[in-house]
Amino acid sequence: MNPFSVQTLGSEGDVEKLNLDAQTRYLAGGTNLVDLMKHQIETPVSLVDLSEWEGASEIEKTGNGYRIGAMVTNTELANFAWREPSLSVLSQALLSGATVQLRNRATTGGNLLQRTRCYYFYDTAKPCNKREPGTGCSALTGMNRIHAIFGTSEQCIATHPSDMAVALMALNASVSVKTAMGKNRDIALREFYCTPGETPERENVLEQGDLITSVYIPAGTRGTQHYYKVRDRASYAFALVSVAAALELNEETIHSVSLSFGGVGTIPWYPKKALEILQGNKFSVQLLEKAIDAELADAKTFGSNDFKPGLLRRVFLSVMLSLAQRQKKQPGHEGALYENR
Amino acid sequence: MSAIHINGESYPLPDDPRTTLLDFLHQNLSLFGTKKGCDHGQCGACTVLVDGQRMNACLMLAFQLKGKNITTIEGIGSNTELHPLQQAFIEKDAFQCGYCTSGQICSGVALLNEMAQSDPSIVSAQQDCSTREDIAERMSGNLCRCGAYPNIVDAIEQVIALERQS
Repeated sequence: MNPFSVQTLGSEGDVEKLNLDAQTRYLAGGTNLVDLMKHQIETPVSLVDLSEWEGASEIEKTGNGYRIGAMVTNTELANFAWREPSLSVLSQALLSGATVQLRNRATTGGNLLQRTRCYYFYDTAKPCNKREPGTGCSALTGMNRIHAIFGTSEQCIATHPSDMAVALMALNASVSVKTAMGKNRDIALREFYCTPGETPERENVLEQGDLITSVYIPAGTRGTQHYYKVRDRASYAFALVSVAAALELNEETIHSVSLSFGGVGTIPWYPKKALEILQGNKFSVQLLEKAIDAELADAKTFGSNDFKPGLLRRVFLSVMLSLAQRQKKQPGHEGALYENR
Repeated sequence: MSAIHINGESYPLPDDPRTTLLDFLHQNLSLFGTKKGCDHGQCGACTVLVDGQRMNACLMLAFQLKGKNITTIEGIGSNTELHPLQQAFIEKDAFQCGYCTSGQICSGVALLNEMAQSDPSIVSAQQDCSTREDIAERMSGNLCRCGAYPNIVDAIEQVIALERQS
């Protein structure tokens, strides 16, 4: 690990007093950043320690929604969301990710900013445009079983690793940010991430020194919810494919549907085309197939991940049919899919 | 308050901010019970309790733990009495080489509290499951190269049963 200096943030109002340059990183739980520093992938000259940041570890429930402080841990958020039927999919996504040890340490803000687990991003002996722009993408012709099928470019096909962000995207969350100049701004999560394009090193719309202060989830009924994650082992593995979904039927019609896909995009994938086809229409298997096929029309595979479109299609159909079954059995149901939840 | 509290004793924080909690335990305090396995948060051998919550000591920089209470395997039982889970690991033959054991036990001790307060896991959240399935999921952050998993689950299950009886 390279030497670095440490600054401390005591409160949100102190951001303007920090010395923030391109070589400064905010350090929250550190479960990803410290690891990247050990690998010499991140080599900050200065860290801003957030562990004493007052007021950033609270969850506020209001009439309009939920305000999640940036330093709320993944465990705290999972446990809270578990008790809120309208946030069930978020709890399931969080509990699907990492391990208890990591979730106890990892934070809401940090989870959103975690870096890809692409093998070549981590292997400093190999070219990687995300780690070292202009060197090339080893995954394009290499081992790309875990890589993306949506939002890729000739420069990068690395998958976004977060489960939490997938659920938050389905829940239409937004990110609140304090800029280095002390200004506040809110960004819809669906507009927060950048696909790699020609600049894979740029992963989101944050500017230098921007600090995520909280995440906001609007309240509302969303119907029956489920997070289904397919991975190479039963626990503690990143998603090959995941589907976050919520469905509310009004008799046979789709009253509301929320969707997002993980493990398949260079960013947590918001399936606009599928949603446009589904929303407000009569629920049927044919409609589901039409929706997922429209989304998959844009998918591009790279050899080892050729299985992903088919897998995503099957998982999507299975999840949506299960949600519809529960809605038909119990109209107006709100919460997790399973019978006794 | 620039001290860190480990097993009830207070220590000054290390001068070098690059020092992880794991390296601090080894290099500054000669507490070698906590093991360095992968050093990347993947194996769980370095699991310790921070204010009662299990975390990977290899991924935490010590300076971030100012004022926190850390419990390592050396602080789980006492010199005269083992923690019930330590005793259960012996009775159930829950280890072979023993390298992962301190992390397994620290993790298991936290698990007992988490289950007692009904914190959800992904298997308990999504479906009906047996206690063994639930334990296996909750312990997935602790790898055992010898494959002692069934006996580790046996040991934890035994202590859960004991606690429920009492």
